[in-house]
Amino acid sequence: MPRVVFAAALQRHVPSPPVIVEGAHVRDVLDAAFALNPRLRSYVLDDQAGLRKHMSVYVDGVAIRDRSGLSEIVSEASEIYVLQSLSGG
Amino acid sequence: MASPSAPTHILAATRKGLFTLAPDGASWAIERVDFLGDNCSMAMSDPRDGSTYCALEHGHFGVKIHRRAKDQSAFDEIAAPSFPPKPEGLIDTDGFGKTIPWSTIKIWALEPGGYDKDGLIWCGTIPGALFSSRDQGRTWDLNRPLWDEPKRQKWFGGGADLPGIHSILVDPRDSNIVRLGVSCGGVWVTRDGGQTFANEGNGMWADHMPPEQMHDPNIQDVHCLAQCKGDPTRLWVQHHNAMFYSIDDGQSWIETKDVKPAVFGFVVVAHPTDPLTAWYVPAIKDEQRIPVDGRFVVTRTRDGGRSFDVLSRGLPQIPSYDLVYRHGLAVSDSGDDLVVGSTSGGLWVSSDQGDSWCAAPMRLPPIHAVRFVHA
Repeated sequence: MPRVVFAAALQRHVPSPPVIVEGAHVRDVLDAAFALNPRLRSYVLDDQAGLRKHMSVYVDGVAIRDRSGLSEIVSEASEIYVLQSLSGG
Repeated sequence: MASPSAPTHILAATRKGLFTLAPDGASWAIERVDFLGDNCSMAMSDPRDGSTYCALEHGHFGVKIHRRAKDQSAFDEIAAPSFPPKPEGLIDTDGFGKTIPWSTIKIWALEPGGYDKDGLIWCGTIPGALFSSRDQGRTWDLNRPLWDEPKRQKWFGGGADLPGIHSILVDPRDSNIVRLGVSCGGVWVTRDGGQTFANEGNGMWADHMPPEQMHDPNIQDVHCLAQCKGDPTRLWVQHHNAMFYSIDDGQSWIETKDVKPAVFGFVVVAHPTDPLTAWYVPAIKDEQRIPVDGRFVVTRTRDGGRSFDVLSRGLPQIPSYDLVYRHGLAVSDSGDDLVVGSTSGGLWVSSDQGDSWCAAPMRLPPIHAVRFVHA
């Protein structure tokens, strides 16, 4: 199952250790991670459930482009990093 | 009626945390610091239950609100106002044609909803929306009558990229009457607790608009709106290009002209009982936004806006470039105590209605908002 790692900068606001969750797309994977840690959702996604302006998500080293739909495909062995962008600091 | 109690604390919401100050001899000292390093856009002490609310604006992680009950040592994160899903295909733009995001960017105003409405909190945001909570911030509702009002789409940002609601005045006569100051959208009022709203008051004018729109009440850049609690028919506005007051419940606005050293500024506060007294913090308009001649002063009228005192005793008269934003000046319940906090991190307190000021012995981060807390 995909593994999701959350930014170190998030930890002081919401402790969020890596999780292994099911999902075929970025949206499914993040929804599964947020189900385990509900407070995390609003730190990563905006009110319209898109990726926050100054956040980024990498799937196996590649930044996702569908920031509103989060539709990128995720494999069983994928590593997903949810990071803060350098913008917005 | 008992005299109002002296303030017990000052809240300073800053770019780098929430600072709580307590009296320390003749001055004030930092009693606690919360959220050090985080951008605190607004703080509010609820006199109904002694709780404290703190709004944070994380650069990456969005807007959050934390609440601390009176006898609680730590803050708990509560819900933040959040917009409903934007309908597919809906075009929502401001007066300049810019797309309005349906997502909370800034919490710009937090106010308790009145003593007869336990737990009610009002919240103003950028983009320009009004939210309310009926359960001390556990849940929030977007006020749809105002959000769905077509005139909202004429609003636009001043300073900020998008329009926003920064002033919320709950009327002391009737808590169903709530006035809003909007940059840039003038003054809006509800008289039925938020079911209907009207954009009221003629007399303001905007020097940065074409002649056809200059006097439109719905485009006025009200920087700050204040009301005398003892005589709520008396209102004050610091506007982008002028100072105005109303003596008829906001039905009309009268310009205060030729005020020295400047009519530009962001903030005005009203004396709680004396309808003729109010304080402003002037600055050079509007491209520069610094004190005139590098002298940091507060102005005060005691005659309803006809004349102004320039108050400088105890304020820095050496070259000083402190700017005070729209929530950076506050008055105590008695009207005797004032606190002013600047974007350079200076904080000064007066206990004689501004005749003299004392610098708090600290240099704070840039200050967004100050509030007195009464026991």
